[in-house]
Amino acid sequence: MLLKVEELRVSFSVRTGWPFPETHELRAVDGVSFDVREGESFGIVGESGCGKSTVARAILRLVDSKSGRVVFSGIDITSIPARHLRRLRPRLQMIFQDPAASLSPRMRIGDALAEAIRVHAIASGPDIDALVRNALAEVGLPPESANRFPHEFSGGQKQRIGIARALVLSPSVIIADEPVSALDVSVQAQILNLMARLKKERNIAFVFISHDLGVVRHFCERTAVMYLGQIIETGSTRNLFDAPKHPYTRLLRSVSPVPDPEKPAHLDVEEGEPPSPLNPPSGCRFHPRCRFVTDICRSETPDLRPVGAGFVACHHAEALPPAES
Amino acid sequence: MSVLSVDNLRTSLVIGGVEYHALREISLSVAEGETLAVVGESGCGKSMLAMSVMGLLPSVAAITMGHVTLDAVQIEAASESVMEHIRGAKIGMVFQEPMTALNPVLTVGEQIAEPLRDHLGLSKREARKAAVALMEKVRIPAAATRYNSYPHEFSGGMRQRVVIALAIACRPRLLIADEPTTALDVTVQRQILDLLDMLRTEGKMGMLLITHNLGTVAGHADRVAVMYGGDLVESATVKELFRSPAHPYSRALLASLPRVDRDLSELASIPGRVPALINMPEGCRFIDRCPHAMERCHTMPPSVAVGESQAHSVRCWLHVQGGEDAAEG
Repeated sequence: MLLKVEELRVSFSVRTGWPFPETHELRAVDGVSFDVREGESFGIVGESGCGKSTVARAILRLVDSKSGRVVFSGIDITSIPARHLRRLRPRLQMIFQDPAASLSPRMRIGDALAEAIRVHAIASGPDIDALVRNALAEVGLPPESANRFPHEFSGGQKQRIGIARALVLSPSVIIADEPVSALDVSVQAQILNLMARLKKERNIAFVFISHDLGVVRHFCERTAVMYLGQIIETGSTRNLFDAPKHPYTRLLRSVSPVPDPEKPAHLDVEEGEPPSPLNPPSGCRFHPRCRFVTDICRSETPDLRPVGAGFVACHHAEALPPAES
Repeated sequence: MSVLSVDNLRTSLVIGGVEYHALREISLSVAEGETLAVVGESGCGKSMLAMSVMGLLPSVAAITMGHVTLDAVQIEAASESVMEHIRGAKIGMVFQEPMTALNPVLTVGEQIAEPLRDHLGLSKREARKAAVALMEKVRIPAAATRYNSYPHEFSGGMRQRVVIALAIACRPRLLIADEPTTALDVTVQRQILDLLDMLRTEGKMGMLLITHNLGTVAGHADRVAVMYGGDLVESATVKELFRSPAHPYSRALLASLPRVDRDLSELASIPGRVPALINMPEGCRFIDRCPHAMERCHTMPPSVAVGESQAHSVRCWLHVQGGEDAAEG
């Protein structure tokens, strides 16, 4: 197993209230486990505030986790000292929704890429240049891009640069946090195709975080659905979206727009919005919005357990009527 | 009857003393109770179209040709004071980011009540009652108590409901929704779109739904206008557009969509990107990215009817008589 996340928990302290603010514990990630195989892409979907980005950051130790382990290539990277972690960093890269935010506006693209190579001592001297040129070519940018500044590129091109910067370090996993959400559909398709090619040719594994179920279905073999800091269903992506089991997965699936007017959307959509993660509901966190709720859902948190071909955290997973399709 | 009709509209921008056509020869209409979706990617001119209709163009831009007719009144040359009245009473507007449309230091109730007093002449007490009724109509829970809440106390979805209540307060004829759900979570998106559908039918409003999301279009529009580079390249009923898209751009756009309901082997992508306004090609603006580009594409194609119904039109030389049969590709 290339990457293994076990019972990961991340909390933030938040001060709210007026006139006497109090410190509350916000459990952004509350016991998340999953694993990613070599060359596989694993999707994480959910609405804002569900903790999907925090999972990504915690894997890379960009935020501290409270408990749990992240095992990468057999090494527990949650507890090793930072200088040891630095040696692993090239193999564990990240791309963001807004690649410009991670590029210095005053640094030429070629220098930005070369810096990453130099910092991690991947190559030296003229080899650096060759690596940079290769990476740019691989993401479909002309070699003269190296002499340009970030603002000279469009959104899609900036995302290509973000990918090139990860590529120069020859990663085995790329954590991609909403990498195509800010892009127009035609450009989104270009970037998704590029990432699919790299995955295949270089056997790079992806942890792919998105709110767009269509994009995840296209790119990921397996997917986890998060709700308020927990995984509530996981399994093969096709299974998950064709036969969703958890009532929340069903809701997500039924409201995800399908570009086909011949398939009318489901009519009865529940009202309500995700509650605040500061004060999550007791028992099953989805129970206030769930149409199948019973007493046990209000008092006991369901475990993520095998149901059919996947894993579902719902007390009634087996007893629910099949989802309408 | 059309609530809105746009006829041969051209909106120009002056940049560095040079005039550029941001919108070219746009013609469309929205009937009572109908939703016309305007789709396209960033830079296609869809928001510019909305601004032109509302008379909210920035100072460097102006309508230089054509007409905008709202409820049988020609408005492209109306003065600002006339437009102010029209915007308040005849056109309701919903934008992507509700916070920019709301005043952070007024309670939401006061903000909804204000146009009721200004445009409908209600007294303070009447306006308050009507505002609470509107808040109930857009399904804000506990409307009477939340009348006194401030925008920051609301979630994104609830804020958008407030903006919608504001937009429909004076029973407008036309509702312009510019990316109304783009900033919201999917479950909330669907609620807001359903709400807009309900209000449109009930109030017999016409709706101009501006969006980049073709999934939204499929579920919530009657007709679609596809825009590219400031041109309206194809216009059809929703069913016809998805079943038989005629313009190479519409086809490419539909083929580039990942789908949640089925597996696709590879996404079609459109090479290149939308040219900047100052670098727009003279003729068809899609020419540089089009797999069917040919010599005559250097002049702007006319808009022609395709298919059986007159409701389907496309602006592409492939469909003009004598055009190559490459259109079948």
